[in-house]
Amino acid sequence: MIAVFKREFHAYFHSPLGYVFIAVMYFFTAYYFFMGNLVQNTTDMSFLFNQLFTVVLFLVPILTMRLMSEDQRAGTNQILFTSPVSRLGIVCGKYFAAFAVYLMSISGALIMALIVEFFSKTDWPVVIGHLIGLILLGASLIAICLFLSGLTESQVIAAVSGFAASLSLVLIDALVSVVSGKTFKTLFMYMSFNNRYHGFTIGIIDFSNVVFFLSIAALFVLLTGAGLEKRRWS
Amino acid sequence: MVDVEHLTKYYGDKKVLDDISFSIADRQVVGLLGLNGAGKSTIMNILTGYLAATSGTVRIAGYDILSDATNAKKHIGYLPELFSFYPEMRVNDFLSFICDLKGVMRDHKERETHLSDICERVGLADERRRMIRNLSKGYRQRVGFAQALIGNPALLILDEPTASLDPSQVVDMRELIRETGKKSAVIVSSHILHEIQLMCDRVILIHEGKIAADDTPEGLSRKMMSTHRMVARIKGAKDDVLNALQSVPSVQHVEAVVENEPGAFDYRIEGVAGTDIREDVFHALAYADLPLLQTTRREQALEDVFLHVTGTDQDAQPIQESEELR
Repeated sequence: MIAVFKREFHAYFHSPLGYVFIAVMYFFTAYYFFMGNLVQNTTDMSFLFNQLFTVVLFLVPILTMRLMSEDQRAGTNQILFTSPVSRLGIVCGKYFAAFAVYLMSISGALIMALIVEFFSKTDWPVVIGHLIGLILLGASLIAICLFLSGLTESQVIAAVSGFAASLSLVLIDALVSVVSGKTFKTLFMYMSFNNRYHGFTIGIIDFSNVVFFLSIAALFVLLTGAGLEKRRWS
Repeated sequence: MVDVEHLTKYYGDKKVLDDISFSIADRQVVGLLGLNGAGKSTIMNILTGYLAATSGTVRIAGYDILSDATNAKKHIGYLPELFSFYPEMRVNDFLSFICDLKGVMRDHKERETHLSDICERVGLADERRRMIRNLSKGYRQRVGFAQALIGNPALLILDEPTASLDPSQVVDMRELIRETGKKSAVIVSSHILHEIQLMCDRVILIHEGKIAADDTPEGLSRKMMSTHRMVARIKGAKDDVLNALQSVPSVQHVEAVVENEPGAFDYRIEGVAGTDIREDVFHALAYADLPLLQTTRREQALEDVFLHVTGTDQDAQPIQESEELR
């Protein structure tokens, strides 16, 4: 698994993808910090983190689109799958490589918090809550998009289906306000990433929300591994 | 080293392997020979754990490839038919990645010595710093061979290793395989009989998913030797030659092919199946005072070999020059 992690992590920086992803994330972080904190003259970083939720939803598919599909298209999966590493180990290696790049990309928010701390006083419990929320959101989104990438040989299809998945996560929130049935309302509320993320933005680390995001991540990593295993039996 | 028992594989409804069983000893070079689509690559994919069999068992060095895949795969070095690589990697980085993947040679000095040795053996010593994407096809194949050798696996599986190489590279690759066979068991697949004969101690013929023959190259050669078909270059008037050859009772068919030398034609001569026409042809030409400049035994096409070894040879196949057996 570590070998796959190292290769995938380096692969991000052997191509422009890793640099561009981090740069774009830093750009939006800086932009929303400027608009939400510097212009408004406030140390409350909620605006920044709320905006980053949407940014993350639409940038993560770019990060993960090549993870599984590229190996399938190029045939390099034959080298991986005939090595003494389990298929789940291979998936985990790829997953954590993407997650490591993601962590680097959201580190910009931490830098902004340090800037606030330098000139004023940062509300660290809230910022840490925000960061944990952002990390968990990324962990589950990367797993979903990794799974989608494993379903196709095309990076474009992987990215588009990732965007569709992200968009549907946003649409779930919209559905909550329009459906009348209580069961559906509860179900959509339960599945809403935005609702669960919102708790972190007000500084509340709800254990059920943590478990929800981690469960989604674990489920889709396992599904990706199972997808590879299924292909072995086809 | 390898024990395969009752291996069967279906792709959907299509049965591509039908109850295949064989064993391979240590340091034995075995050729899997078969026409395209015979099932060679499927066997190799199952042996390496890339695919799972529908039924049957595969044991590598005593480990089951399904239930104990990690241990079984530690003994395997594999060169796929279409060797794919990571374009952004240099040769050295790629080989080092394979070391990590196989979990071997963790010590830096030990790894460096091992990789140097392998690169020296496969002729990559001067290319280690180059990007793989910038290498020629022959050198890329060497990289594939080098990665298969990492960790000194006890079993090397090479799927059509000489495909798409130029003739000099083919000779080098054959030599590498023969040399490796002194230390490891090697399974090499090809659809070229001559290729397999030059490299292997044993040949397993696969035809329509079944083992059609399992023999030494010499034994197989005997089976496929055809003494009732030959090509002869004979000097003299064409009509005289045709008359002389048609007078031989065992000769059924004679055909002038092409005038390759001034005054001398190549003739395709075919006799009754199961007879040896060579002496009769020689005596008939000597009697007619027609100089025999050269003869070539007409070997059977690979398809004919399969028909022959499976006992379905009707001997009604048209004579075909076989590119594969040259």
